[in-house]
Amino acid sequence: MTVATLPTRKDEAYRYADLAALETLWPLPAERIVLGAGEQGARAIVVDADGAQARDIEIVLGEGASYDLRVLNAGRAYGRVAVRVTLGKGANFHFGAAQLAGGDQTLEIVTEVVHAEPDATSNQVVRSVLAGHATGTYLGRVVVDRGAVGTDGEQSIRAMLLDRTATANARPELEIYADDVKCAHGCAVGELDAQGLFYLQSRGLPPAEAKKLMLQAFIAEAFVGAAEEERLTQAAIAALEGLL
Amino acid sequence: MLKIDNLANEVAGKPILKGLSLTINAGEIHAIMGPNGAGKSTLAYTLGGRPGYDVTGGSVDFDGADLLAMEPHERAAAGLFLGFQYPVEIPGVSNVQFLREALNAQRKGRGEPPLSGGEFLKLAKEKAGLLRMDMDMLKRPVNVGFSGGEKKRAEMVQMGILDPKLAILDETDSGLDIDALRVCGEGINAIMRKSDKAVLLITHYQRLLDYVKPDFVHVLAGGRIVRSGGPELALELEQHGYEAVVA
Repeated sequence: MTVATLPTRKDEAYRYADLAALETLWPLPAERIVLGAGEQGARAIVVDADGAQARDIEIVLGEGASYDLRVLNAGRAYGRVAVRVTLGKGANFHFGAAQLAGGDQTLEIVTEVVHAEPDATSNQVVRSVLAGHATGTYLGRVVVDRGAVGTDGEQSIRAMLLDRTATANARPELEIYADDVKCAHGCAVGELDAQGLFYLQSRGLPPAEAKKLMLQAFIAEAFVGAAEEERLTQAAIAALEGLL
Repeated sequence: MLKIDNLANEVAGKPILKGLSLTINAGEIHAIMGPNGAGKSTLAYTLGGRPGYDVTGGSVDFDGADLLAMEPHERAAAGLFLGFQYPVEIPGVSNVQFLREALNAQRKGRGEPPLSGGEFLKLAKEKAGLLRMDMDMLKRPVNVGFSGGEKKRAEMVQMGILDPKLAILDETDSGLDIDALRVCGEGINAIMRKSDKAVLLITHYQRLLDYVKPDFVHVLAGGRIVRSGGPELALELEQHGYEAVVA
């Protein structure tokens, strides 16, 4: 995924990127995580900087290795987190991410998960909350190589628009070259349930508090079970408060 | 406590309430009965301030304040509770968290200090006990996976915790089996039958009124109150039907 020259809109993975901001960060430092057979790892990344940030992370998982990556993409300028994962035999990758954007910000999460060998599992949960004129993008490709039978790949992608002027791009993609695999993706873009909001308000919660409570629950799905669930949740709530 | 004067409204451009007047004093329990489509739920939602229920005429005075000028959460802080016919499921938000935040928001609105976690749990346990509801259920997400009867009992637990001055209960009896009906009825009495509180029960049937005895019964038809009387009016309706009584 690391490209030597500054990408253009023709590069699918950069189609919705804020290229002007990206230029100031280019070239991106490559981050590489390699887990040997049977190893386990976990990491939580919180992007809450004032300035633009872009990260390019490559993860290689050996046989039976397992990695749990969580991302909160909630800075106040352009924010991009790209992850490329290669799964060995029987490896497991769990990805939980939330992004929160307002103003005219662009945030994006781009993943490519390659099931290179049999019996690996991957699971991605991405939740976006978008206000104002913000754009939030998820591009997620799951590739099942020839011979990677017994693959189980799942993507659950949801975005919530707080204003009609915000934009969500969601593109889960499957490329399957093997038989006997199980891949599922669900994708939805919506608005906060008006009935639910009225119900909470009728009990005494001011509108902003009611929204916050519902959005907190929406985002929580990305962080449930994380080793640093508490830190991620608190940071997400702080970012939410900035949006409401 | 509540004075509704000549209230008219529209929902999606269609007039529903057409000059409804009703006065409820502290210490009173009123029942509103009426055929389907008479405007009963519309009255409840309008008093609760639900968006889309646009008032086109009349006024509502709640303890000296203009109820219609308030936002839904301000109505709650002023002491109004709306019991929903169909309580809404809120995935991911626990009852305990939601109710504590709601109660403390109301207290803040009234200039009272917030309840601590411990104080709140004690209160919640007491009120859940009144409705014979397990505390474990209150730790679950709001109404998610609750049966019809559990949702209604949870509504009454909410009412107990929030301790309103006026409760407007929209078909609290629908979807309840006989035992749950009795538990809810007793809950309403325990929480709301007090000299400084009042209740407006909206119902189709006499059966809830066997447990919560109303002081006044009104018949709502065509967007207004067409008849008012004592508890005997409910029995008359039960025997002869709305058509005979309204005609």
